[in-house]
Amino acid sequence: MNFGPLIFLGIFFTMSLSWLGLVLGPQLQLGKQTPEPNEKTGQLYPQARSGMAAQGAQIYRANGCFYCHRQQVAPEKFASDIARGWGSRRTVAADYLFDSPVMVGSQRIGPDLANVGLRRPDAQWHFLHLYNPQTTMPAGKKSDMPSYAFLFEERKIGRARSRDALKLPANFAPKPGYEIVPTPAAQQLVAYLKSLHSETPLPEVPSLTPSTNKVETTNAVAATTNAVASGAGIQSATAATNAPAATNNATGTNASQPAATNSPAK
Amino acid sequence: MSSSTQELSSAETGCPPEEILSTQEIDASCRYPVLLFFISAAVWFLFSAVLGLLAPIKFHSPNFFTHCPWLTYGRIHPVQLDSFVYGFAAQAAFGVTLWLFCRLGRTCLFAPKVLLLVAKIWNLGVLIGCAGILAGDSTGIAWLEFPRYASSILFAAYLLFGIWAVLTFHARRQRQLFPTQWYLLAALFWFAWIFSAANMLLVFAPVRGVVQICVSAWYASNLLHVWLATIGLGTIFYFIPKLTNRPLHSYYLALFSFWGIALFGGWGFINVNAPLPSWIPALSAVAAMMMILPLICVALNLRGIFGVKSATPILSFIKFGAISFLVSESMAILSSLRPLNKILFFTYFTTAQTDLLLQGFFASVMFGAIYYILPRVLGVEWQKSIRSHFLTFTIGVLVYVLALAVGGIVQGINLNNPQIPFADVIKGTLPFLHISLLGSLLLVMSGILFLRNLLSLCISYSRACWENKKSEARS
Repeated sequence: MNFGPLIFLGIFFTMSLSWLGLVLGPQLQLGKQTPEPNEKTGQLYPQARSGMAAQGAQIYRANGCFYCHRQQVAPEKFASDIARGWGSRRTVAADYLFDSPVMVGSQRIGPDLANVGLRRPDAQWHFLHLYNPQTTMPAGKKSDMPSYAFLFEERKIGRARSRDALKLPANFAPKPGYEIVPTPAAQQLVAYLKSLHSETPLPEVPSLTPSTNKVETTNAVAATTNAVASGAGIQSATAATNAPAATNNATGTNASQPAATNSPAK
Repeated sequence: MSSSTQELSSAETGCPPEEILSTQEIDASCRYPVLLFFISAAVWFLFSAVLGLLAPIKFHSPNFFTHCPWLTYGRIHPVQLDSFVYGFAAQAAFGVTLWLFCRLGRTCLFAPKVLLLVAKIWNLGVLIGCAGILAGDSTGIAWLEFPRYASSILFAAYLLFGIWAVLTFHARRQRQLFPTQWYLLAALFWFAWIFSAANMLLVFAPVRGVVQICVSAWYASNLLHVWLATIGLGTIFYFIPKLTNRPLHSYYLALFSFWGIALFGGWGFINVNAPLPSWIPALSAVAAMMMILPLICVALNLRGIFGVKSATPILSFIKFGAISFLVSESMAILSSLRPLNKILFFTYFTTAQTDLLLQGFFASVMFGAIYYILPRVLGVEWQKSIRSHFLTFTIGVLVYVLALAVGGIVQGINLNNPQIPFADVIKGTLPFLHISLLGSLLLVMSGILFLRNLLSLCISYSRACWENKKSEARS
């Protein structure tokens, strides 16, 4: 008797188990996830990115920023991400709902960017940093980030200095009579970076304000089954202490459009 | 044990009575496709190694080539990885698979000209893919960065290759199967499935939100821990008995490790803290732990060979590959343990583990196999020394992997201490990166030596052909 086809099917089924578990399972659970209204403000979270920021995400993808920078805050008990000020809560599935591709990254060569829009709200800082990361380092410190000078244009100053021109420190300034102006790609990228924030408290992960860092988080990561159940009680407690954090909520993704982007480079 | 002896000896000597093919005829039928696959693989290996040297220079002098978007780290790095996997690893695997199917099946390669076409289309696909990434068209998904126009070309070439390999397998005259054929045949089908499924769900019709993280982790682990692992192990299980002149320790252990890898290898090695519902990383960690079973089987099956003195550098390559496989998979399993994961996640340790699997295991096994196969299909002897290639390559891999593994542990410990500023954590990893650069340099040299060896073999082959023709004309 020929067992060939039977063995073939057996092998294929065995190998497909990982597909059933890691692709089909998550798809059935999360594939149709939608934004949820916030309990207090009623605002939907997350919001899709604005046009500029959405274009910036493509610049982020094309230049492979995610090979060094992560966009995922680990739970407080697990890593020092929250203590380092990279976020006020761990990131969860909902934070990435509108991202495609999802660029969570896999290395910690650069700081986590999940909340960089909150940490660095100033567009000018980002432009300087991208043009030459050394310009934004404190004296005596060196950054290991490559320069992205190709996102900028060096051009002759016309009748007047253009409004978007970088205010570079003297030792980084271009030759006299010239100025450094961000290209549209740089403006889009900065709009994207400024739109990065995942601090909004969610039912599954309440934010921690720095003072309440000691409070247990409801990280359901542990394989222990009762973690979720015991976490439910703590949720309401932290939600109450987190009133100030909740107000951050108002700065939705759309509101975080940089002022500079309203005047595209001429 | 006795059954495996029979398997091997019958596979090598017992030809079906009706039509007897000599080993030379079988080897000659594979000549040009296998040669083309191996030469292309060698070129891509060198290309990837050079980029591997170029990319980290960005960390040491960040102002290097700042006005050239093509040469930014985030574009060079994926090209380095993808040209290694799709340029070198895949093509070396294609050549080895075809030759092993012919040898073990005692049959000639089916219509070799089509495979020459496959090799050309595949190389074109890899080239377009690399250019696409450099031009900024990367998909942004690890191991699948090739833009859709390149991955479609690759998939078309792969289908053609797969059909031809299956036809060759089907035409075998030696009906009894050796474990190597299990491994290679499964890998053949499996790549078509994972490559098309992952491209479909991530690039052509992307799934929503974090499901993408699951799919890309599924693809990455299937690519590295199932596809490459089955091809590499299948090749090891063929060459170890061949080169040591003793049977494979156990046929059943080889089959058991095959089933184990098929079942547990593709579960993603997802980090505990990934932004996913907790059951997904938990399941992934359980499967990672279960990988111990096939790993033990492989170790038991190969334990006899580590004491055998290598008479030829070919056996040294295969042995180095086997040890690297065991070490690298153990590193992957250990770093998925919760307390260690806490330190090692997203550090250079992961890079070291992956590179040990890709270079130390897969590339080493393929080098050994190519050095064995190529003189036989061309019918000429090696002129150049293989040992110098072996030494530069293994020392390069060891320096690179050790530096990054230790650097990753230091990085992870420092990162977990919020008192140490982030900039200082990264500064602390720089000495290790400098040392790893030395390893990268040795890998470039080994790539040059490998290509030199292959080309010198081609030259002596063409010289032999020319002399044959001359003597024919004379007589």
